[in-house]
Amino acid sequence: MKSKGLLRFISGKLLRFILLITAVCVITFALMELSPIDPVTAYVGANTKVSAEQRQLISEHWGLNKPPLERFWAWFSSILSGDWGTSMIYRRDVLEVIGTKFRASLALMFAAWVFSGVLGFLLGLWAGLREGKLADKLISGYCHILISTPTFWMGILFIIVFSVWLKLFPVALGVPIGVISAEVTLADKLYRLILPALALGFTGIANICLHTRGKVVEVMHSEYVIFARARGERTSQIILRHVMKNVSLPAVTLQFLSFSELFGGAIFVEQVFSYPGLGSTVVQAGLKGDLPLLMGIVIISVVFVYSGNLIADLLYWLIDPRIKEGYRHERA
Amino acid sequence: MKERKTPLLRGIRARTLLSVSCFAALILIIFIWGSSIGESDLFVDLNKVFLKPSADHIFGTDWVGRDMLLRTVKGLSLSIKIGVLCSVFSCAMGMVLGILAPLIGGWVDTFVNWLVDLVLSIPHTLVVMLVSIACGGGLRGLIIGVVATHWTSLTRVIRAEVLQIKESEYTKVSRKFGKSTLYIAREHIFPQVIPQLVVGVVLIFPHAILHEASLTFLGFGLPAHEPAIGIILSESMKYITSGKWWLAVFPGAALICISLMVSSIGRNIQKLISPSASHK
Repeated sequence: MKSKGLLRFISGKLLRFILLITAVCVITFALMELSPIDPVTAYVGANTKVSAEQRQLISEHWGLNKPPLERFWAWFSSILSGDWGTSMIYRRDVLEVIGTKFRASLALMFAAWVFSGVLGFLLGLWAGLREGKLADKLISGYCHILISTPTFWMGILFIIVFSVWLKLFPVALGVPIGVISAEVTLADKLYRLILPALALGFTGIANICLHTRGKVVEVMHSEYVIFARARGERTSQIILRHVMKNVSLPAVTLQFLSFSELFGGAIFVEQVFSYPGLGSTVVQAGLKGDLPLLMGIVIISVVFVYSGNLIADLLYWLIDPRIKEGYRHERA
Repeated sequence: MKERKTPLLRGIRARTLLSVSCFAALILIIFIWGSSIGESDLFVDLNKVFLKPSADHIFGTDWVGRDMLLRTVKGLSLSIKIGVLCSVFSCAMGMVLGILAPLIGGWVDTFVNWLVDLVLSIPHTLVVMLVSIACGGGLRGLIIGVVATHWTSLTRVIRAEVLQIKESEYTKVSRKFGKSTLYIAREHIFPQVIPQLVVGVVLIFPHAILHEASLTFLGFGLPAHEPAIGIILSESMKYITSGKWWLAVFPGAALICISLMVSSIGRNIQKLISPSASHK
């Protein structure tokens, strides 16, 4: 019974995903079709030796003179078959470029994600338990400021404080200068990861912290906590038995739902710290008109965000029995 | 608890109103001041390059000796202008879709819902970037991009509200009298969602100006000759490694202040309009 429900749940999600990714492909293609970027010019770059005739040949070779619908279908089917085209700025296969860059970005985003999750949860817990007190006001006020802080400015601030003033970290670049890429050690990479990850993590705290705080306040005012107090439970026991249980699942789910902001933030942090990840690559691709790479990254980002949402839904499905009931009713 | 607060209520309302009007006045002053700063005020003075913040130039000076305070205020006024445009357009879109979708119902409602999910499933920065590229950069692309990502939250709020009103007695009676959907939307539903709209316009504003500054910083928004905050900050990136911290710190902090002031106005208006809802 349970596995059947799960199967239906997953297949429903899969169907939605297929619809979503198709829509994203159509919209991205349409937007790029509208853009004034000429693929041939983007491809030959500043090379003036390419004559108009040769340009004509290139565009014919790519099928640029065919109608948009036909070209979309050609592009879409090659995406499906795993051929994502060639990046114009890297002159390499798009999937290959995305693969390398995505790994670097994943390390950055994962570090920031864990950092913001843990710190945000703890701060939210603290603020919620001290509702209305000074600690709560400070933490909540700080979070409200954080929400209004653009990620890139946070990054600039971190560079000024930690790199320029305290000289603790290098200013930029994912690897040391003057070292061949094969000799870059893991320690080097980790060392250069710390500052961007902290900057990204710090801006991510606000949401999770405010959410946790709200939940904790709600739980602390609930009747079961009042009853627990009346029974003589100590605050530490109440936190462990009642607050943590009720607050941690929504917090974890919210963290998974924040993949979209995480990716968006990573774009800015990577750009500010010149970290060689997907974010700084997408900016380069956008500015230089590298459409195959740009569209590839958009698709990957959608997959990334969707998998976060899916994990959040699955967590709820597995842990909270009410969702299962609700889902069954909705489908029935 | 509630009874005890009643005598104070007037005081709280008065205080809230005061804070809303103070912040609004401040923003208006910055806007007018910024708009009145012309090119001639931002003259190049190579004797005063990279001056640290002092009494003469409280925000310091930049790489050609221009006063950073004037540049920042000018940038802020541009941000405010763009922010107002973006939030008004987003709200208009959110209002139309949020009211009409549940009223028409059926596949239209499903489609609008799906559209909201679609927009939420792509990182916003990427959407604005794509739209901006499609429009060939510049102000128009930026505004369309920000509107395309910011109509969703308000659409959801209004849609939920309209679903409730739709089930109310007076709407049903009105429909039985043969009134059209458009009539019901205009006469019964629109007046009810005005509070949400007002709060929505104000609360979208800070998001919009932050997005504008961020995208401009990346190079997808306004062109480099515009006096925008994003441009000032991306310029400052060249000089912060040599210790010119004031080029980045003050303009960014000023932008955050504006965005904080506007969110505070939004929250306070919400409190004034629906005191019960804001306690939740």
